[in-house]
Amino acid sequence: MKKVNSLTEIPHEILEEAMKAGIDKEEGRAGSFFHIDHSTVMSKVNEKFEGKIEVMDIKDALGKYGWLEDYRWHLVDKNKDEYTRAADREFSGGYFLRILKGAKVELPLQSCLFISEKGLKQRVHNIVIAEEGSEASIITGCALHKESSGEHVGISEFFVKKGAKLNFTMIHNWSEETVVRPRSAALVDDGATFVSNYICMNPVKDLQMYPKAFCKGVGSTASFNSIIYAKDGSKIDVGSAVELSGKNSRAEIVSRTMVSGDSQIIARGMLEGIESPAKGHLECRGLILDDNSRIHAIPEIIGSKKDIELSHEAAVGKIAEKEITYLMSRGLSHDEAMSTIVRGFMDVGIMGLSKRVTV
Amino acid sequence: MLSISNLKVSVSGKEILHGVNLEIPEGETWTMFGPNGSGKTTLMMAISGMPGYSVTSGGITFLGKDITKLAMDGRAKLGIGTGFQQPPEITGVKLRDMIRICSGKGPKEDLSKDERKLVEKLRLSEFLDRDINAGFSGGEKKRAEILQLLFMKPKLLLLDEPDSGVDIESLRLIAGEVQNYIEKSGASALIITHQGEVLDYLKSEKGCVMVDGRIHCIKNPKQVLDEIRTVGYQKCIACHKMA
Repeated sequence: MKKVNSLTEIPHEILEEAMKAGIDKEEGRAGSFFHIDHSTVMSKVNEKFEGKIEVMDIKDALGKYGWLEDYRWHLVDKNKDEYTRAADREFSGGYFLRILKGAKVELPLQSCLFISEKGLKQRVHNIVIAEEGSEASIITGCALHKESSGEHVGISEFFVKKGAKLNFTMIHNWSEETVVRPRSAALVDDGATFVSNYICMNPVKDLQMYPKAFCKGVGSTASFNSIIYAKDGSKIDVGSAVELSGKNSRAEIVSRTMVSGDSQIIARGMLEGIESPAKGHLECRGLILDDNSRIHAIPEIIGSKKDIELSHEAAVGKIAEKEITYLMSRGLSHDEAMSTIVRGFMDVGIMGLSKRVTV
Repeated sequence: MLSISNLKVSVSGKEILHGVNLEIPEGETWTMFGPNGSGKTTLMMAISGMPGYSVTSGGITFLGKDITKLAMDGRAKLGIGTGFQQPPEITGVKLRDMIRICSGKGPKEDLSKDERKLVEKLRLSEFLDRDINAGFSGGEKKRAEILQLLFMKPKLLLLDEPDSGVDIESLRLIAGEVQNYIEKSGASALIITHQGEVLDYLKSEKGCVMVDGRIHCIKNPKQVLDEIRTVGYQKCIACHKMA
């Protein structure tokens, strides 16, 4: 597809699916990036944010900035598995987002990685750099044409420099026929904060990822929130890991999962305290809605210094009867009570997203 | 308003209420005392229609309608408002959502000025966007329960120990608001209390004592309380045995 200058030039049926993955009108975004199949069709900075951010295709960025090569494959091992090797061999693009030093970007940046061709194997490599003291949030939507199929491998590397704050939200809107393998990692510097939100509410054939944040900086913080609904035969193996190797680093991992319709979720989580003092908490909670589905929660914590405080809690089960009756005592029917509880459990409101991205 | 006749209720196959008779007229507030495990909460749950409390004989009539087999939400819609002793936490469901549910508002409708005033009065403004009951103190839970009930505008309030685990100031606040509401609306109420502290702030027409699944000593609530304070439940138990 040829390059476009505005989201309005993107075919309606593509934009419609992208919007379900959090993509919104470019006026409300600091910058927009759109990649379809193997090519970047749009990368644009909202003029109000010129000089504060950069939004580019990764290949163009690597051509423009020689130093960027040092960032590529810096956090994710290119020989990690067959998917990383494939992404190294065949990568067709991806986004480069850079928030310049000290820039406070009030509107989110957005990027979309889209598969339009049936059976397409998409391989992208993304790099995000939040320079010293900057603050920004990014919404990435990954989606494909209705009733299409494909394979998506996305490498993402995040560099959150000294004192910067980066809030990254990824929303998946795949199909029953898509295989998805993101491979992500973040490096969090002194006093920096990295927040990663992940939302997947639509069926996916097979999805596996285990992003990791390296809290190397003194006083660095990482937080992962995942909201996942596996339905209609979805197979999802998702976790988040944080390595606390900076003094006074902190981390929180929260996952809320729900399964129905012959689906499976493995909800992983790993907190590793390497330097002390360090603090972290991990929470995996799951709702099982029928007898044909399964949640396997695997929370792990590792501490190797005495001044480390790590904890975890995990719970899977059905919707609590007492919550249903409580809502019924306020006048809701049994079904209304159930859906209120499910909506609450899967509340994406905490991430400040549009209403399109809900159960 | 509420009429209960020869009500027998079992929980997990065990009979707890052995034939309760109770008539609460419109506009009256009744106070129920009784030792732990005597069946007070069971009666309240049976009136509100809580699943697991099976009526094996007798019946409950509310506003002239037999509600013995009516589901909980149906009873709430008829005007029965229940304040729980230990309300559950619900992840992601905010106090604001509960208020919307109680007042029958749509998910996007905001609170009116008067409604916000009531929230403020019960000192819950800061709790509106918090998950219901999550990390709430005893007093905060009670205030949130009363707030929800007041938004339901019930014709009968069922309050299970509004004065337990709550600081005096919160008690004064919630009892005052309940009294206001009762006076304005002409609603009836059934209140379970152990210590009777709630009677210091709330007008009650009648008191009664539940002993071993039956109701006794229907008279002036202060008199009932005085007797319990002087001789404990001994007299009630003796009465119960004689009956």
